[in-house]
Amino acid sequence: MKADIILAGVGGQGILSIATALGEAALADGLLIKQAETHGMSQRGGAVYSHMRISDKPISSDLIPGGTADLILSVEPMESLRYLPYLSETGYLVTNTTPFINIPNYPEAEKVMAEIRKFPRYIAIDADAIAKEVGSTRASNMVMLGAASPFIDIEFSKIEEGIRRIFARKGEEVVNMNLEALRRGRQFAEENR
Amino acid sequence: MRFLKLKILTMQKHLFLGVEAIGQGAIDGGMSGVYAYPGTPSTEITEFIQDNPIAEERNIHRKWSANEKTALESALGMSYAGKRAMSCMKHVGLNVAADIFVNAAVTGVNGGLIVTVADDPSMHSSQNEQDSRFYGKFAMIPILEPSSQQEAYDMARDGFALSELTKVPVMLRITTRLAHSRAGVECREILPENDLVMPSDPRQFILLPAIARRRYKGLLESQALFQKLSEESVYNRYEEGTDYSLGIVACGIAYNYLMEHFPGGSCPYPVVKVSQYPIPENYIKRLDKECDELLVLEEGAPMVEEMLKGFFSKGTPIKGRLDGTLPRDGELNPDLVAKALGKEMFTGFDIPEVVANRPPALCMGCGHQDAYEAMNEALADYSRGRVFSDIGCYTLGALPPYETISSCVDMGASITMAKGAADAGLVPAVAMIGDSTFAHSGITGLLDAVNENSSITIVISDNESISMTGGQDSSAYGRIESICIGVGVDPAHIHTITPLKKNHDEMVRLFREEFAYNGVSVIIPRRECIQRASSRKRNKK
Repeated sequence: MKADIILAGVGGQGILSIATALGEAALADGLLIKQAETHGMSQRGGAVYSHMRISDKPISSDLIPGGTADLILSVEPMESLRYLPYLSETGYLVTNTTPFINIPNYPEAEKVMAEIRKFPRYIAIDADAIAKEVGSTRASNMVMLGAASPFIDIEFSKIEEGIRRIFARKGEEVVNMNLEALRRGRQFAEENR
Repeated sequence: MRFLKLKILTMQKHLFLGVEAIGQGAIDGGMSGVYAYPGTPSTEITEFIQDNPIAEERNIHRKWSANEKTALESALGMSYAGKRAMSCMKHVGLNVAADIFVNAAVTGVNGGLIVTVADDPSMHSSQNEQDSRFYGKFAMIPILEPSSQQEAYDMARDGFALSELTKVPVMLRITTRLAHSRAGVECREILPENDLVMPSDPRQFILLPAIARRRYKGLLESQALFQKLSEESVYNRYEEGTDYSLGIVACGIAYNYLMEHFPGGSCPYPVVKVSQYPIPENYIKRLDKECDELLVLEEGAPMVEEMLKGFFSKGTPIKGRLDGTLPRDGELNPDLVAKALGKEMFTGFDIPEVVANRPPALCMGCGHQDAYEAMNEALADYSRGRVFSDIGCYTLGALPPYETISSCVDMGASITMAKGAADAGLVPAVAMIGDSTFAHSGITGLLDAVNENSSITIVISDNESISMTGGQDSSAYGRIESICIGVGVDPAHIHTITPLKKNHDEMVRLFREEFAYNGVSVIIPRRECIQRASSRKRNKK
């Protein structure tokens, strides 16, 4: 088993919460992990990414080699395109469709979406809208994790377990909302893949 | 399979960032104090220790220092008293601490002392990408350079003993990638702290010339021991190969990038893994003897490559960063290493043209924004290029929409560069510096300006926090006005204002007035960092 995932977004969008949930799930599944994060200057509203590597065999490099990632998981549409040089020939692009506009030259949203749709294997999901439906836009990252879950070879129940663990101290209500967000994301991906 | 899974689980007790592994390793190694100034990518070592319950139980020293120099000096003081200490900094921080760093190699240590330095090749969050191994070599002390989070833990834990054995400080050098990447780390038992023990030689730390000469000779004599320890180190090894057309020297994290291309240990070329310096001559000489060509993979500058070029008279071709096999600058990665090995790889898909750059920016609602808006308006009457700035979030004032500042060089340089420019006749000259950078290295420069009554206006944009690195406590908190008065700034020319939209006109007026004043003035726009304020509120809940 191997899953090389590029997590992408904008500083402040909390992509590391996805990494934490996935990391917990992988650990519960007895898998090995390496995960490189972006800290420092670029966290101030700049483009941020994380290389997440999960495998049942020892992992050497902390960085994913170009052209080999199984998945780009982006919480922002334009950011999903920034890391295409990492994607393998059979890789999936899973992205949120809600743009995060904090630069004056942000391209027209439709042009960004057109580029995403050009790609043969993509899931474009309005995670913010779904998160709102289940209770809070703050759950949108868990919608995204759900949407990516069909393409990651980890038992879904283990991912649910990971979410239970990281949100446990925030109470049952928050746990359930995030679990619902995860399931809704997965359901969307399965219906639209 | 079940057994294997179980084994992996027990091995992965902790999923640690490299920096966290070092923090845990230092605690488990019986450290009594960490001394540091925040700087990416080193900050989280100290933060990890600050949040650690055992550190609290043992009352391990873990408060921030004013700068890297004061940090390392305090760590050496703790070592003098027989206890184990660590000092942490980013690479450019070692420039600030260079005086004490080089001299501490001559005094040597009593309790074990580790100097952890985090380099930032590719300058993700830095002004340059200097390679700290040169400093370690310059000071002639052992250097440890982990290739994995586990090694980072082991080196931090066992590095104190190495320092006590060699009687000198030991450098622990990491780079951004290892610092901020997570992997499973297995921890060992926690060692007791050292007792308070005075140095056996009461004059060891007195570097008067007569004593310093003796100590320096001792350091030179120790080099043979350091070499022997490197050759016997568990972190260095010679890995046999089958194809001797190429021999590879892989230092630190570069070893992983190499092995990425040979899963399951299938590398056909012999490899010398280097994670402890001085470089192990035995392995390198063997590699040179056996192979037609050498390839050196190292993160940072071509230090080992340059040394090897000088090693051999018979002229084995050496490939690396100097001959263009690898780029001369920037961080290594698996792709660059694949290219150096002549491996063909699928290069992924192109980035569509529609993708725009998204540089970092000041947060919405940040007080620096209000300060810059007012400053720009007040400066409109003057020619451009008068604002010298410094290291911090406010350096982003170089970018649109502000484009206010004309310099960012090293910690504290805003004040002294403004002074020098004013000396040259650029009046008014303005310094824009943050509260913690002012505390770090601005005060002495202010004294220079006061002594000559230079025509400069110093804006200390005070957000009551060290924000760029994540909101640590600033050592000048609550003391900025009293520091300025104490240094000799006329209190009539020290002004404090809250940088908010509603105070814009007042701020512009203040700036205009003080720009026109022929002498040293200080304006302090003060409003708490909005990130720090919101995390403070979150933590209260």
